[in-house]
Amino acid sequence: MTQTLTPTQSSSAGAEPQKTPWWEFFTFSVDHKVIGIQYLVTSFMFYLIGGALASAVRVELATPDSDLVDPAFYNSLFTMHGTVMIFLWIVPAVTGGFGNYLVPLMIGARDMAFPRLNAIAFWLTIPAGLLLMGSFFVGPASTGWTAYPPLSILTDEHVGQAIWILSILLVGTSSILAAVNFIVTIWSMRMKGMDLFSMPLFCWAMMATSVLALLATPVLAGAMVLLGFDLLIGTNFFNPTGGGDPVVYQHLFWFYSHPAVYVMILPVFGIISEVIPPHSRKPIFGYKAIAYSSMMICALGLFVWAHHMFTSGTPDWLRVFFMVATLLVAVPTGIKVFSWVATLWGGKLRLDSPLLFAMGFISTFLIGGLSGVMLGSAPVDIHVHDTYFVVAHFHYVLFGGSVFGIYAGLYHWFPKMTGRMLNEFWGKIHFVLTFIGMHLTFGPMHILGLQGMPRRVAQYDPQFAPINMICTVGALILAFSTVPFVINAVYSWFKGEQAPDNPWNALTLEWTTSSPPIPHNWVGDPVLATGPYDYGEEYKEDRQEAIAAS
Amino acid sequence: MQGSIATTTTISEDAIHAHESTGHAEHPDLRVFGLIVFLISEGMLFFGLFAAYLTFRSVATSWPPEGTPELELLLPGINTIILVSSSFVIHQADSAIKENKVKAAQLWFLATFIMGAIFIAGQIYEYQHLEFGLTTNLFASTFYVLTGFHGLHVIIGLTLIASVLVRSLKVGHYSSTSHFGIEAASIYWHFVDIVWIILFLLLYIL
Repeated sequence: MTQTLTPTQSSSAGAEPQKTPWWEFFTFSVDHKVIGIQYLVTSFMFYLIGGALASAVRVELATPDSDLVDPAFYNSLFTMHGTVMIFLWIVPAVTGGFGNYLVPLMIGARDMAFPRLNAIAFWLTIPAGLLLMGSFFVGPASTGWTAYPPLSILTDEHVGQAIWILSILLVGTSSILAAVNFIVTIWSMRMKGMDLFSMPLFCWAMMATSVLALLATPVLAGAMVLLGFDLLIGTNFFNPTGGGDPVVYQHLFWFYSHPAVYVMILPVFGIISEVIPPHSRKPIFGYKAIAYSSMMICALGLFVWAHHMFTSGTPDWLRVFFMVATLLVAVPTGIKVFSWVATLWGGKLRLDSPLLFAMGFISTFLIGGLSGVMLGSAPVDIHVHDTYFVVAHFHYVLFGGSVFGIYAGLYHWFPKMTGRMLNEFWGKIHFVLTFIGMHLTFGPMHILGLQGMPRRVAQYDPQFAPINMICTVGALILAFSTVPFVINAVYSWFKGEQAPDNPWNALTLEWTTSSPPIPHNWVGDPVLATGPYDYGEEYKEDRQEAIAAS
Repeated sequence: MQGSIATTTTISEDAIHAHESTGHAEHPDLRVFGLIVFLISEGMLFFGLFAAYLTFRSVATSWPPEGTPELELLLPGINTIILVSSSFVIHQADSAIKENKVKAAQLWFLATFIMGAIFIAGQIYEYQHLEFGLTTNLFASTFYVLTGFHGLHVIIGLTLIASVLVRSLKVGHYSSTSHFGIEAASIYWHFVDIVWIILFLLLYIL
């Protein structure tokens, strides 16, 4: 801490930190900080559950035969894995968790615009998760996380499928309510003197995310209602034998579920944009470019859904339209990656866990993005459709992207949330294990996919056995890698080293209050003295020297 | 040093106190904005259902499918006129409260409630006399789902109006300076009305 750059001294810096009593996390609290941590902890538990399901899937695939579980249950395993990871882990963690905790603190507000609505949104996810887990006792849904009809309306697991639909409707409602709250909060509750272009980039990302969630989720709700009617009442919206059209379901489903990909990754882009500057002591490169690119991804994200349907009988002219729109998404994403790398370049890097995970994110997400460009072009997509190449791609984006970003954010903001530091040594162990495990699990799947191994099967051709074994070993390393993190987090939360108000010498507003923040965040009014990334003059020379030396 | 810690402690206790006494009241000026943002998502729900309806229709060989009984236009036509005019009526309530005329606002609200109730009654009557059921064919299914969803929204709107009416009987609950409830019910009602106009055009006219 020889660097003397200190952010604005707000009146509450150094105020007595307020430990939230443990029982408050089990109440219908309306404090955005409590709700944010509630979201993070619950969704992390679902991450562990989803991870256990994934491990079971991988162990089953260690050998070509279907010897561990019967094929029907295998279908349930990957269905529930996908559902849990997307709807109960990544989406609630990045929007509900980080969004709720950080947005009011970053814009200098006392709370979200609608605190009670906020609590309702969180508490809707609990019954959704319990229902989904409970469905294991009555025969869980087994038709993939996409639940394509007619399979999903003719399935034997009627009850499980109905519970699945209900559960999706609940999390969907939750995310619409949260989106309304974020849009109003970010738009109207910024403190005096903070205009749109002086708010932290995470808030821009949350704005774009919320617009996407607001516009796309209701369409999924519509699809779920129609699917439920088909399943339970015997209408024929999606059943071709009754005159229905299953492709309509695919359109409605992907109109939500493709934007959902950006709902899962945009806040993480925001997290990375917050983590890199303080850990490399440099202003973010291209603030406006990053801000606009979030909005551009939001706009484009609504017009690319049918690239999931290149093989669903989509006419050629439409395939070309969706292919071009999809490839265009690479432009704003590339802008972001470029800006992060440019921020790192010549910075005084402090290689602790948040920055390690952030750099792990950039490298891994880049691979996922590039395979995404491949899949975005219709000819390649048709060739590798429903193979492990697709599985590899979206795990690079969702694990190497979202999960790495969530970890970066957790290490970065843990001191603010709990008032304690995480152990740095175990953080690095965690990073190394996760990084190796991740690439070992999903990297070889690219090869499997190009060789033609289909996804969603319990039995496969023995020629794929060696590579599958590597993937399974990787998955077990990945599963094990969460152990040091969980122990570190639980131990540090109670016994860790006391965290200062601003351990990273960061400049965004949340670091100007105490760790953990007091109720209503600031004593008196927060003070805005510098922009969020003004790691100014005193570092300029250092930077130029570093650049010259390289 | 000791003293300063003590002071900050007192300040934060004050903060806790303020935090409890305000009960985290929602930001009053933002409620209308929030409602409109929420209605955009409601609009997207209907947009999705309309899009599904139009796709079913454009793919089908004949629409409505052979053998579907013709829809009567008279009753839904009258219903449409009632619902559309009720939007003007509820707007009068909104204007009245802004001029602090509580009694007038109550009357306009009561009128809107009655018109909405007639609409729902008409819809129930229509459902009972239709010669096709929910599962008869694709047209019938979409017809019931779309009108049913809309009917549900009308009922929610009626609940809002009724609760505003009951609350307004408490003297001083609504005034020219505090009328979010009335404004919200009014905005919601306009939304329900707009959806019905599109729905009526799609299902009955086109």
